Amino acid sequence: MPHIELPEPDVGVLRRLPILIEGLKSRVGQDLLIVDEDGRRAYETDAFTAYRRVPMLVVLPRTTEEVSKILKYCHENDVKVIPRGAGTSLCGGSLPTEDAIVLCISKMNRVIEIDYANRLARLEAGITNLQITAEVAAGGFFYAPDPSSQLACTLAGNLAMNSGGAHCLKYGVTTHNVLGVKMVLIDGTVVEIGGSALERNGYDLLSLVIGSEGQLGVITEATVKLVPAPEGARPMMIGFRSPEAAGSCVSAIIAAGIIPVAIEYMDHAAIEVCEAFAGAGYPLDAEALLIVEVEGSEAEIGILLGRIAEIAARFDPKTVQISADAEQSARIWAGRKAAFGAIGRISDYLCMDGTIPLAQLPHALTRISQICAEYGLKVANIFHAGDGNLHPLILYDANSPEEAERAELAGETILKLCVELGGCLTGEHGVGIEKRELMTTQFSPTDLAVQMRIKTVFDPTWRLNPAKVFPLAITNVMRAGDAASTPEAA
Amino acid sequence: MIARLAREKRGIEVVGHGALRNTGRVAKADVVLTTSGLKGVTLYEPTELVMSARSGTPVYEIEAILAARGQMLSFEPVDLGPATGAPGGALSIGGVFATNFSGSRRISAGSARDNLLGVRAVNGRGELFKSGGRVMKNVAGLDVARGLTGSWGTLAVMTEVTFKVAPLPQTMQTLAFVGLPDDLAIEALNIAMATPLEISGAVHLPKNCVDRLKVPKLKGVGQSLTLLRLETFATSIDERREKLKAALKVYGKPIELDAEDTFSLWSEFRTLSMMPFSTETSLWRISTLPTKAPEIVAAIQKFMDVVAFYDWSGALVWLEVPAAADAGAADVRRAVAVRGGHATLIRAEPEIRNSVEVFEPLKPEIERLTRGIKSAFDPSGLLNRGRMYANF
Repeated sequence: MPHIELPEPDVGVLRRLPILIEGLKSRVGQDLLIVDEDGRRAYETDAFTAYRRVPMLVVLPRTTEEVSKILKYCHENDVKVIPRGAGTSLCGGSLPTEDAIVLCISKMNRVIEIDYANRLARLEAGITNLQITAEVAAGGFFYAPDPSSQLACTLAGNLAMNSGGAHCLKYGVTTHNVLGVKMVLIDGTVVEIGGSALERNGYDLLSLVIGSEGQLGVITEATVKLVPAPEGARPMMIGFRSPEAAGSCVSAIIAAGIIPVAIEYMDHAAIEVCEAFAGAGYPLDAEALLIVEVEGSEAEIGILLGRIAEIAARFDPKTVQISADAEQSARIWAGRKAAFGAIGRISDYLCMDGTIPLAQLPHALTRISQICAEYGLKVANIFHAGDGNLHPLILYDANSPEEAERAELAGETILKLCVELGGCLTGEHGVGIEKRELMTTQFSPTDLAVQMRIKTVFDPTWRLNPAKVFPLAITNVMRAGDAASTPEAA
Repeated sequence: MIARLAREKRGIEVVGHGALRNTGRVAKADVVLTTSGLKGVTLYEPTELVMSARSGTPVYEIEAILAARGQMLSFEPVDLGPATGAPGGALSIGGVFATNFSGSRRISAGSARDNLLGVRAVNGRGELFKSGGRVMKNVAGLDVARGLTGSWGTLAVMTEVTFKVAPLPQTMQTLAFVGLPDDLAIEALNIAMATPLEISGAVHLPKNCVDRLKVPKLKGVGQSLTLLRLETFATSIDERREKLKAALKVYGKPIELDAEDTFSLWSEFRTLSMMPFSTETSLWRISTLPTKAPEIVAAIQKFMDVVAFYDWSGALVWLEVPAAADAGAADVRRAVAVRGGHATLIRAEPEIRNSVEVFEPLKPEIERLTRGIKSAFDPSGLLNRGRMYANF
């Protein structure tokens, strides 16, 4: 059914598998390897479940040294490597190929050092996002990026995708909250990129590494910033008669000099589904809902939410409701955070992740409705309004190959629209295999060549996380041995 | 134009309006390429907190346009011109991102790099490329835009930059604690930074640095000053100030500065006015852990007289040392190496800047990647050759 092309496995490598297994056993021991098919099948996909490929071998290292030995061996024996954290990628970022080894760092989940005086923590990269905050909450701190999958997703995955979350309007995304990483290159070299200081020395290699989707190396440790927990936080809900009114209200809040910690937008379809699931008290008669959260002391929160309510009143809202207590706040957020799950209960869906300039929101929503109608599909929209990140959820029936393909095509059309409107293909989920071929709509051949040359510096033979991020035809050429030459023809 | 120079294999020195010409190593070049003609704001959406400008646009012009709409560059770019004997007010927005030198508010608002969203640039092959965009979140492909920050024009010439802007604070105040020794001062600053009070400046000035201040209210204090800036809504500021005073009670009773004095004081830091240009002294910029900063300064002080300005709660030290044949590099580098961090030589005679390492020397495996990146962007080594490192 699905139409994203995956590369044919290299039969030569598959034939050598018994030798490769012996080779790795002798270097890191049998305990780290998953050889049996049932065991390997657990790694056949990630959260982009339409695509599955059982890897030929899975390794679960416990130390950086073991990662180094594994990569060095793969490098010397011409084997592709799929780095993996918890496998929560929504774009196939950790989808295996059948001729590759999955290198999963989920066992490397220790806290190495917490330094409250300097407000940082050094962690193994397999730790889960939420666990970092759990470790430092007693000290009055938290780790700021909060992707919806934070219960399961690893720091390594967050680093690979430069993950965001609902609160990044104020706190930034992963790249704003990381000071340094320990990374293993494909030839086994261990490098420290960045460090503990705020500033980098020399070129900002850390910027290139964060968000590189496992293309440059395997991160085993990271030093992250710790942020003091706010005194308090409280959301309010504002229901509007139209997307235009909601969009204008967001602009007016920001124009008033108020930067809330989060501004979340839900369209009518999303409101209905989430309310049915979570009973959060969302206004069912509204065409658009904003959840606006501010932080500070009780007094500050009261004043700020009051000012936002005044601003909202100018846009003829249907409802304005300030959360009364912690319990209601939790329910308001539970509804939003469960949105994907709630929609998943009524239908299969494809979650898109484009970004658009805020001013384009009403136009974008109209066009998205039209596009989905043309493909005979329904859509619900969730939008991080403060930062322009739009998540249209395209509903379809996964049992119908034909409908699944229509959903993918509708999704592609929507992402192209986002780029046309001045936005981009992906705000926080990454490219993976899903948006690989669309990269040419956002980037010129030269733009892509600039990126691919950087990949070649770190991974000269293109063995890391193959068939992702860059259009397949180009990566095949690079892997075929042309990597050293410049991809001018890209 | 770069394409033509690239074909002719001519070395190119990249400059804006010259604010940074007395900083860093001196580039080996046949021609000077200036971005000073690339001027003007090309996009400004106040309600989306985003601006694009051509790289040669002076920072003061950008800040005036922003101020007219009640906004600002939150990372407070530092103009090194006056401290290095280059013209003041000549800093271009491209220079800000090429060096990633941010001011005091970096501690709360992030660095220039953190606020960069996208670039258009020409690499040493003469290719025009773009990276990033105008939206806050963008994870399509490698983050080349941020990867160019701090590369001092050695990888590409930025032609247009797109960056985040922020609302001006409604009001501001400063608390100045008096007479704390460096280590206690840094401790106090970091206790303040661990509160949720959103401190937007955390600076410590030892006595000899205080003596150089211009703000009348602090000029004659004659003791060290430990400074914390609060910026917020008028309705919040008194509450936050009292909470901050309570949190730092053991460090004494602070002098309180109102909005006007606060503005004047922190404006001085944006031009490093306490570190005025002089050929008698050299200036270093040290990035380290806050708790290590006083140790580093004390270690260097054993060998020479220094004037230190601690910013970012100690994570950054501007250090003035007596002029010497190596600008104090041996002692500075040793003190930093032992305690972690890195040091950059900012001000010294050109011969000295070309004979010692200006940037912290790279570890071999990082140097290998650095050379690889340089070669990917600029295979013939034409752009600002030797500006950062002697050999490439």
